[in-house]
Amino acid sequence: MSLLEISDLKLAIGPVPILHGIDLRLEPGRVLGIIGESGSGKSMTALSIMRLLPASATVSGTIRLDGADLLQKSERDMCAIRGRDVGMVFQEPMTALDPLKTIGDQVAETIWVHGKMNRRDALAEADRVLERVGLPAAQFPRTRFPHELSGGQRQRVVIASAIALRPKLLIADEPTTALDVTTQARILELLKRLVAEDGMGLIFITHDLAVVAGLADDVVVMRHGEVVESGATREVFRALAHPYTRQLFEASAHVPPRDPSLPGGEPVLTVDGLVRDYRVPPQRLFGPAGAFRAVDNVSLTIERGENVGLVGESGSGKSTLARAIMALETAQAGSIRIDGVPLDGRDLKTRRKLQVVFQDPYGSFDPRQRVDTLVTEPFHLLGTDAPRGAERRRRIDAALTNVGLAPSDAEKYIHEFSGGQRQRIAIARALIIEPSLIILDEAVSALDVSIRAQILDLLAELSDRLAISYLFISHDLSVVRSITDRVLVMKSGKIVESGPTAEVFANPQHPYTRDLLAATPSLERALAE
Amino acid sequence: MSTYLLGRLGSLVISLLVASIVIFLILEVVPGDPAQFMLGMNAQPDTLAALREQLGLDQPAFSRYVTWLFGMLHGDLGISYTYKTPVTELVLQRLGVSLPLAVLSLSLTILIAFPAGILAAAKRNSRTDFAVMGVTQFGVAVPNFWFAILLVWVFAVILHWFSAGGFPGWDKGLWIGLRSLILPAIALALPQASILARVMRSALLDTLEEDYIRSARARGLSQRATLWRHAVRNALIPVLTIVGLQFAFLLAGAIIIENVFFLPGLGRLIFQGITQRDLIVVKSVVMLLVFAVILVNFLVDLSYIAVDPRLRRR
Repeated sequence: MSLLEISDLKLAIGPVPILHGIDLRLEPGRVLGIIGESGSGKSMTALSIMRLLPASATVSGTIRLDGADLLQKSERDMCAIRGRDVGMVFQEPMTALDPLKTIGDQVAETIWVHGKMNRRDALAEADRVLERVGLPAAQFPRTRFPHELSGGQRQRVVIASAIALRPKLLIADEPTTALDVTTQARILELLKRLVAEDGMGLIFITHDLAVVAGLADDVVVMRHGEVVESGATREVFRALAHPYTRQLFEASAHVPPRDPSLPGGEPVLTVDGLVRDYRVPPQRLFGPAGAFRAVDNVSLTIERGENVGLVGESGSGKSTLARAIMALETAQAGSIRIDGVPLDGRDLKTRRKLQVVFQDPYGSFDPRQRVDTLVTEPFHLLGTDAPRGAERRRRIDAALTNVGLAPSDAEKYIHEFSGGQRQRIAIARALIIEPSLIILDEAVSALDVSIRAQILDLLAELSDRLAISYLFISHDLSVVRSITDRVLVMKSGKIVESGPTAEVFANPQHPYTRDLLAATPSLERALAE
Repeated sequence: MSTYLLGRLGSLVISLLVASIVIFLILEVVPGDPAQFMLGMNAQPDTLAALREQLGLDQPAFSRYVTWLFGMLHGDLGISYTYKTPVTELVLQRLGVSLPLAVLSLSLTILIAFPAGILAAAKRNSRTDFAVMGVTQFGVAVPNFWFAILLVWVFAVILHWFSAGGFPGWDKGLWIGLRSLILPAIALALPQASILARVMRSALLDTLEEDYIRSARARGLSQRATLWRHAVRNALIPVLTIVGLQFAFLLAGAIIIENVFFLPGLGRLIFQGITQRDLIVVKSVVMLLVFAVILVNFLVDLSYIAVDPRLRRR
């Protein structure tokens, strides 16, 4: 008998069908990877197992855990099963813990809520569990609150609370997506160890094929609420029998075509000895205010049409550097020149040469404005030269056409577009005043692989055709590798390594770069093992 | 935390100073001469001048401000022009009615609003929720003086449970004093409880959408246990802000209800002070109310620290 056996699972939320008959099975001590793009129904499958679906959901089929159908259980029985037999870890470690309760309390809660122990013993047991997930009490007292821990440490606490009672099944829904590569590697290591030690089954949900390839014994590929392919991970990934699996595989390894005849030469952006300090509130009463150097004497140059990558872990200072270049932060020392002219945030003439595209295609637009208003937002930088009437119309059409949208899309509102289309609109907004440099701050990180491939193609094509330079900030090294000419590696506010992308990736010099590359999940490496 | 506390305390003192200057200046520019008002329109110019001198009205503004400020620090608010008694005495007397009334109505507000708001949020979109929302909509919309008159009609005129108005004083016994405050407290609490219940409900609904609620459910907590263990405390932070504002309002804003029930409270004192140009009373009572508002806000800040550990380390 399998540990988990799902057959013909159908789910609708209100009138909208989400899952159309899912079948999958998992044996104890094995790892099952579920991969798919957003909207494929992978998270909903997990929530169906937990029976934590929205009130308007209707479910049919069977979900057997050790032979007993979870869909037939009462809510009371499910409360006993959740946490005891099935644990779950979610994507966002920053918000998955109650900010007002200590970490010890939250892990102990799993233990005492199932009546295994009284609260005092549960706290002592929580201590052992936190130790087990790599948070020794000496460094991480159990009286700490979540905000005093980093993202990776919080995810360990969440994992501890999920495995405290050694459940038979652990479901992890994109548990490392919000983490840095090095942190991700450590969390994956931890999950592997826990599966081996406890002999539990693990369902690992992700959009990242490389992560699955290195972790899962078996894999299920989902699309539009259906399982399109399933089997042993290595066989599925080697054979690539199903066209959709192949498409995912190709999209995640996609390298956009570039025109090698770069014009180059003249610098678009020159940053020289930039320093950005933050004031830190005094630790003691009337104590001296401290300072934190987020950007430490950084110099860099970007030439016309050149794509430069900026990589580093969170907290390395890459976003602060980007904000300083956009004149959103005041630097304490150093200079920034755009096309040879010193940058001044109040001077529209230099500022208009710089545009930015952010990560979140949902949060970066005013939902009450039409696309034409949204896209023409940078026109305020042109002051009285801003185009009006027919010329404005022509510029909107051109910007939308450039990013592969139709001129008629200008009349629509942002909610009518998908995530990928929104990111195209964000790029159109950046393009419309013909900037010299676009800063892309994790601009493709929130997109599915196939959409990401399209956007990368678009960016490469625009850069070649319009001779636009990019500063491409990302924690995803495979994306940086595919689109940039040169790469800068940032750590603790300093650029520790820089050079042509291919060279740095093939032969990293700095130990930090080597660590980053080693921690990055790689499909080829996983399949070669 | 000590830095945070000291910062709050500092802003408390500065707010009070700024408020005292503003209050003083505003009353400088309002028309009407208290001495003229006290002596009537036919007063002789030399009597008027003598009274002005006696009241200190002939002094320059700055020195009058300083005298007032230092007087307040010693608990000396001056002598009322119309009552001819020390303002401190007047205010303390009136506070003996207004403060218990505010505390009573705020307690009622919380006692009604918390359960109602929590119930409505826990049973979102159910009949209970609609009922709570309907009643609170009514509570916000109904003018409280009308509701007060209704209360008097039902509970005083028909049922004779309470007196229709007036305040016998605390020396007649605690219950007798309290009894005369019950109807006014209910009348004051109805709109406040309605507002607070709605705030509680929406804060709780927001909290229930949070990821950590889902995490708690995944640990095996029932819906109810999740609500009590995680949601309510997190929802308290916005609710506390409103409670602080409401207390300040109840202390100072009961003027209409005090009039309906003939209660000798601060609201009526300030109203009489204004109509009789008893500026020293107005000035002092307004200052006292400002002090109360600022103090309550300070206490709310302290309660944030109690609720939210993220503020403790600062």
